Order: sequence, then C-alpha cells, then structure tokens
Amino acid sequence: MTLLEVKDLKQHFTIKKGFLGEKKIVKAVDGVSLHIEHGETLGIVGESGCGKSSLGRTILQLLKPTSGEIIFNGKNITHLPRREMKTVRKDMQLVFQDPYASLNPRSKIRSILETPLIVHGMNNKAERMKIIESLIDKIGIRKEQLDRYPHEFSGGQRQRIGIARSLTLNPKLIIADEPVSALDVSVQSQVLNLMVDLQKEFNLSYMFISHDLSVVQHISDRVAVMYLGKIVEIANVEDLYKNPLHPYTKALLTAVPQPDPTKKRERIILQGDLPSPVNPPSGCPFHTRCPVATAECKTEVPELREKEMGHWAACIHVQPAQLEKPRLIIS
Amino acid sequence: MARRLFSSPLTLIGLFIVLMIIVLTIFAPWISPKDPLEVNLGQKLLPPSSEHWFGTDEVGRDIFSRIIYGTRISLKIGLLVVVIAFPVGTVLGAIAGFVGGVVDQIIMRITDIFLSFPGIILAMSIAAALGPSIENVLLALAITWWPWYTRIVRSSVLSIKNAEFVESARVIGANPIRVLFKEIIPNSIAPASIQASLDLGFVILAAAGLSFIGLGAQPPSPEWGAMLSSSREILRDAWWAATFPGLAILVTVLGFNLLGDGLRDLLDPKNR
Amino acid sequence: MDALRYIIKRLLLMFPILFGITVLTFFISNTIPGDPARLAAGPHADAKVIEELRETMGLNKPLYVQYGTYMNNLVHGDFGFSNFSHQPVIEDIKAYFPATLELTLFSMFITILIGIPFGVISANKKDKIADQFTRVMSLMGVAMPAFWLGILLLLFFYLQLGILPGSGRLDTGLSPPVTITGMYTLDALLSGNWTVFQSAIIHLILPAITQAAVTIGMITRMTRSSMLEVLKSDYVRTAYAKGGTDTRVLYGHALRNGMMPILTLLGMTFGHSLGGSVLVESVFSWPGLGKYAVNAITYLDFPAVMAVTMLIAILFITVNLIIDILYQVIDPRLNYD
Ligand SMILES: Nc1ncnc2c1ncn2[C@@H]1O[C@H](COP(=O)(O)OP(=O)(O)OP(=O)(O)O)[C@@H](O)[C@H]1O
Ligand SMILES: [Mg+2]
Repeated sequence: MTLLEVKDLKQHFTIKKGFLGEKKIVKAVDGVSLHIEHGETLGIVGESGCGKSSLGRTILQLLKPTSGEIIFNGKNITHLPRREMKTVRKDMQLVFQDPYASLNPRSKIRSILETPLIVHGMNNKAERMKIIESLIDKIGIRKEQLDRYPHEFSGGQRQRIGIARSLTLNPKLIIADEPVSALDVSVQSQVLNLMVDLQKEFNLSYMFISHDLSVVQHISDRVAVMYLGKIVEIANVEDLYKNPLHPYTKALLTAVPQPDPTKKRERIILQGDLPSPVNPPSGCPFHTRCPVATAECKTEVPELREKEMGHWAACIHVQPAQLEKPRLIIS
Repeated sequence: MARRLFSSPLTLIGLFIVLMIIVLTIFAPWISPKDPLEVNLGQKLLPPSSEHWFGTDEVGRDIFSRIIYGTRISLKIGLLVVVIAFPVGTVLGAIAGFVGGVVDQIIMRITDIFLSFPGIILAMSIAAALGPSIENVLLALAITWWPWYTRIVRSSVLSIKNAEFVESARVIGANPIRVLFKEIIPNSIAPASIQASLDLGFVILAAAGLSFIGLGAQPPSPEWGAMLSSSREILRDAWWAATFPGLAILVTVLGFNLLGDGLRDLLDPKNR
Repeated sequence: MDALRYIIKRLLLMFPILFGITVLTFFISNTIPGDPARLAAGPHADAKVIEELRETMGLNKPLYVQYGTYMNNLVHGDFGFSNFSHQPVIEDIKAYFPATLELTLFSMFITILIGIPFGVISANKKDKIADQFTRVMSLMGVAMPAFWLGILLLLFFYLQLGILPGSGRLDTGLSPPVTITGMYTLDALLSGNWTVFQSAIIHLILPAITQAAVTIGMITRMTRSSMLEVLKSDYVRTAYAKGGTDTRVLYGHALRNGMMPILTLLGMTFGHSLGGSVLVESVFSWPGLGKYAVNAITYLDFPAVMAVTMLIAILFITVNLIIDILYQVIDPRLNYD
C-alpha cells in the first residue's frame, strides 16, 4: 500500500543578487515523481547539490513547493494550512545529518525528547516520561543521562537521540537526510542497524538520503538516483546495483570500491564539473558529462521511462526491454 | 571557564571594580561617613583631609559620601535602561530576523532611523520633551538604546534560524512563537548580552552627561554628572569638587568596559 | 558600474531615512510633551494665552495635518521661532553652526593626527610596552567623560597656569573676521588677519583636545586591529621582502590598505563629535549648536532643541553616506601594488 506519493514536484529558489540585482532561479528540485510503500525504504543518492535535501524538506513542507503534489496516506497535503499540517507532522518526521547541529545546545535531552509530545498536547507528564523512557531504552541511552546536555554525548549517541526524537510521535514515515555521513565509519553501521531494527519494530517507512552508495545499498529496498534536481534512474536495489541502466548511475557505481575484486569494473571518470542548477544544460541535464551523449541529447529532454520491469531510467540511449505495456509515469 | 576569565588581569580589574560598585550601592549608608545631603556652611569648600577624604562642596557637604551615594543613582539608571532596552530590542531583532520579509524591512528601517541620530542628541531631545528629571532621562536613554540590541540580535538570529535544531522544532509541528522563544532566542542572545554589559557603563556615562547639561538629576541629588555641573561654579576654589565625581564616572565606565571585553573574549568561538 | 548602482541605491535609501527622521522629531516635539502650547508659551503664561496658542499652532487639528504643516515648514526652511533669541530658529542655526563645524573639524584633525600613528605603532609593536600603553590609554579615552576632561583642562591650563583661554572663540577686544565661512580660523586666513587667526587657534585648542580625547581612543583601537589584519597579508610580506623599510611599508603600503575600515570609523567619530559638542561646548562656553541647544533646554525653548537635533541627524547621515560612497568608489582591492 502506498504511504507517500509525490507527483511532478518542483522546488525553485529565487535568489536575488543585491538591491536592483537580477533574479536568478535555482531549480533545486525539478519535476520529481516517486512513491514509498508502507514499511519500505527508498534510498535517494546523488552528488552534493543535486537537490536531495531540498526534496526531503519540500516533502515535509518545510519548504513550500513551487509546484507538484504530495499525497500522504491518501491525503493531498500540498497546500494544507499550518494547523492541519500539524496533525500530519506526527506521521512524518525528519532525521538530520549533523548530530551536533540538530539538537538545541541549551536544552536537556529530556526536554528535547519531551517537546514533540508537549507540542502535540500530551499534558500528562508521567505519560510522556513513559514513552521517553521506553524509547531511550531502545537506543541505548540510560535514564540518568536524560538530564544532560547534548554536548555531553558522543556523535553516535546524539544521532541516536535525534532518531529517538523523531520516533516520539510514532510516525509512519521518516525522512533521514544523510543520517550517518557525519559519523565515524565505526559508528555508522551501529546507527544503521539501529534504524533497521526500529523499522521492523515500528513498521516505519524510510526515505533515506545519502551520497554514499554502499550505505544506501545496505539499507534500501529501492533506490532513486538524482542529478540536477531530477530523478535519472529508479529501481529495486539489486537491479540498480547489478544492472545500472543510466550512464550517470554507471559512472557513480564504478567509483564505489567493489567488495569482490573479481568483478572489478573499469572506472568511468566523469568529465567536467557538475553544472550549476541556476543554468542547467538544455536537453538531458547530464549530456555535458555523459560518455555516450549524442547531438540529440542536447535538445531532447529524456523522460523517466520504465525500461525493464520496475526499473526506470531517463536516457534516450537505453533501449526498453520487451514490456507488455510501456507506461509513462510511475503510478 | 572561570580560570580563563581570571587569567586576564584587565578583566579581573573590571570584575573588581564592578563588585566594588555593587558593594558601595548596597551598603552606601554604612560605608559613607556623612549624610550626602547634610549642609554644613561652617565646613564649606574644605580641601581633602582625613575627615573629608574628597573635601567638601560649596555648602559643606562631604563629597566622598556624595560620591558613594552617587553609585546608587548611576547603577540604577544603568541597570534600568538596559533592563528596558534589552528585552525590547531583543524581541524586535528576533522577530525581524525570524519573520523576515516586510516585517524585517519595517523593523530595520525604524532602527535605522533611530541610529541616524547621535545617541546623546536623541536622548537629549526626548528628555527635554519629557522634562528634566532622572526618570525621564532613564526613559529617554532606553528609547535611544534598544535599536542596538535589535541589530545585534537580528544578525545572530539570521545566522541560526536555519540551524537544524530550529528546523527540527518545525518538523514536530511547534508553532512559530514556540520556535522563536524556545529555540531561537535562547541561542542568539549571547552577543547582545555582552553588549549589554558594556552598555551599562556607556549608559551611566550618557546619563551623567545629560545630568551635566541640566536634564537629569537635579541638585542637591548626589548624581555625579550634576555634581560636576555645579562644581564649575567653584572651580577656582575647589579643584576636588570637580575631580572626584569625574573620576568616579571614569572608573565605573572603565570597570564595565573591561568586564564586558573580557566576557566577549571568553565567549568568542575563536578562543575556545 | 557597480559603484554607480551602489550610489544610486544609497541615495534612494536616504529618502525614507530622512522621512523617518522628520517623523521621529515631529513625534518627539508634538506628542511627547504633555502640551506643546504650554511649552511654547513658557512657564508663566495663563490658560487663555495657551488656548490661543493652541489654535495658532494648529494643535487642535488631527496629527497628520499637523505633520503636513510641519513638513511644509521644514521644506521652506522654517524651523520655528525661538522665544529665547526672539528670532527664527533657522537664523540662530546659521549663526551657531559654523562654530560647531569648526570645532568638530579641528577635533577630527587632532584625532587623525594622533590616533592613526598610535594605532600603527601599537599594531607594529604588538604586545610590547608601546602597545600595552596605547591600549590602556584608548580604553581610558573611551570610558572618560569628555566634559570632565574639559573641566580638568580648564582647571590646569586656564586657572592654574593661565596659558590658554577658558571660553569663547576669540580674545575679548578682537572683532570676528569678515564672515565668509563663519569659521573664524579659515575666515581670518582668507582675509589675511593674522592676529585673529592666532587668537582663534588658541581658543580652539582646549575644546578640540577635549572633544578628540574620546575619538582618539576609538580610532586608535580601530587602526590597530585593521593594521594587524593587513600586516598579516601577503603583499606586506612581499613589500618587506623587496627591501622596503619599516616606515615605507607601514605608512605607504599597509596603512593605505588598512584605511578603509578606518574611513568608516571616521564617519562614526564625526557623529560622536557632533553629539559630544553638546557637552564640550557647554564646558568651554563655545558658542556653537551644542551650547545653543543646552541654553534652549534651560529656557524651555523647544523648537530650537528639535531643530538642532534634526540638523545634526541629517548631517550625520550625510557624512556617513559620503564615506560609504567613497568606500565603494576607491575600492582598496584596486590599490594593491
Ligand atoms: N534556501 C535556498 N535558497 C537558495 N538556494 C538553495 C536553498 N537551499 C538549497 N539551495 C540550492 O539548491 C541546490 C540543491 O541543494 P540541496 O541542499 O538540496 O542539495 P543536496 O543534494 O542536499 O546537497 P548536499 O549533498 O550537499 O547536502 C543547491 O545548488 C543549493 O545551493
Ligand atoms: Mg543535503
């Protein structure tokens, strides 16, 4: 059953350079469609600046979308007034990248964890404490530590506190924006495993944002690859990693160290820099760096099409396998 | 933290002066040898001596006692002005930075207007409009001072308003008022508070200046600026009447400045 | 091109500020005092006189109409009538302003003459005795009540030693030079009147030093910190490497590039000096705007106080505007070698 559906979502920022300066538009998210099922993890990968965070924040309505629709739990939440949005917020939460910046340095852990409950009108202190204590038990924080301040904890502990905070309201969807990339490698897997355990226990859906392909591989059911505000490929995790279709995905994957040296691929090095999202290239946004680009790619905008069963890619050079009926947009 | 505070001799001196002022303020009646208002024409214009440490004025009042009582007036003005201006300025600055857009524009243009007057001039005209009294000077200084805090707080709010912990409060559905008062303001008032501690000194200086030109405390009040003002009449005969009240102002302002500077260095992230 | 755009922008932004200044002064003069008519009529007027005055002053009209009248008068140079000098305030201002300007310019001259070299020395000898001394002095300067310093200087140089005059702009008996700018020193020079020039300079010394004491502290601190920045930079190292001497490198290269923030601060000190004139001019009976304003306060002559306030604010923002524009036009990044 579909929990979240996003249709042709756009997030364009207007930046103005000074008084009288000309306006420029940053197309951070430029027509993204995707869906997430109950209990599923959708990984989002892409280089820095491709709009992953903007996508997550727009879905959470922290940023007002420029256009498009967000349907959550069967309800269109794209233009909900703040009051109604508040009840929806209980069901969708965010876990941040930086465990140092995401906890208010002047609040005790108890108050950080309690705030969501207070905001949502749980006035009974004992009840709140019961919820908090059962949560911190799961993340490995002791009851005595509740009255400490964030700086008294390690990065991994803080990130677990951040996760606990996102769980206090018993949400259905958690958008995790690079939740482990600020952590030491040794701590990363701990936190990832905790997230997997919690997912099973609370039947959570994750939208897991990362630029680290191996982390995404580890945790995701399906993976979407973003480039300059657009999804260029989306598929089941096995399909995507074993059989990448889009040239960009192929290039990304060859950059990942392979656990099995016999399967060593030749590394594809992308030419040139990431183009600016202010003036994205015409046609296929990837054509400026694509090893297989042709003249057509400069003019024709490739649509995201199902090339194989459940495997979608936006490239005119990828031939669709024989499907019964090619569909246009993910349903 | 305390160790670092004490490792700077200048900060220590500042701390010492401020503590001394607080002690003098509280214990003035016990410390001062004479009644600051007691006229004794038989003892007028006496130079400093073991009986009158700082000499006596034109009607025989003991200047040392008057200066001690003067700390009460000055500290009261300094504290009250900051206590009024600081929250007003802070809240406005926080709102400007947090809400942004038109609200920000309006608030900041108003502060610009206030700041386009040299402070003492604006305070002078407001105090003159209100009429000469110490309370009016206090009010005038508060009206003049708040925009500084607005500017400082606004810029610190801008620097943290997109911090992740602020966003996290929005994600859980906290209303903007809660976000502003619980997350943003507590984390952005440090620079303004340091400014406030420096300002205590500058407010005292400004208030003395306004009293000096006849707007603030009125004789026979033992206010330092007013004392200096009347000392001009007897300058030829009593250098002490002019010297000590000014010295008291200098030391007090210096004390708050040194302490404020020390606090700033302490809280400066570069020094951590 | 960018500089031009900046200048246009700053000029445009000046209008709302000017408008705001008039609104604020209007507000202070028309709504804060319980009854402007009573103020204008003076302390001994009876109720009937006050009522008549209310009518003639238009105080019974709505506020915005009053503001309109006020603005209209301002635009026509009408700042009200001073009941203490018995002439239009604008006439008084014309008479008193040059004295204030002269004093302010002199004190800024002293500030630059002393403050900048001290700041440079302090930066160059960072943490040495000279630096420590300069820093303590500038701290004292900032914390010092200027009016007190003025009194002490009077006490010593005028009453004790008798070598400098204690009040006024000229020796009694001398008549002012032909009015050209209204600044006695300049006018005396222009008309070749050496005696008057000398007397005018001598009268300026104490008030200007008093006025400068505070700003010297500010300028020294600022020069020190911006020099420290510049001295760390590459091109100063290169200049030394090329065999530049201390003086040449310090004053030629480094100071020129450290000048920009100092320029901004000069704008601030100008405002500070204008504000301080109220106090300093009172101490030295210097017949300028500050003394005029203080007298006006004593005589409850409110239109005069407000006119001075507004004039000083306008002067202050104008000077800051000019400095900001200069700053933009002489971009230091073009001066690196
Ligand atoms: N509030 C904003 N205003 C203007 N531009 C923005 C804003 N937020 C993001 N951008 C721009 O949008 C683009 C996408 O940014 P975003 O943070 O979503 O990328 P990202 O994929 O999360 O990158 P990273 O991996 O570095 O976190 C960038 O070019 C960024 O500069
Ligand atoms: Mg990001």
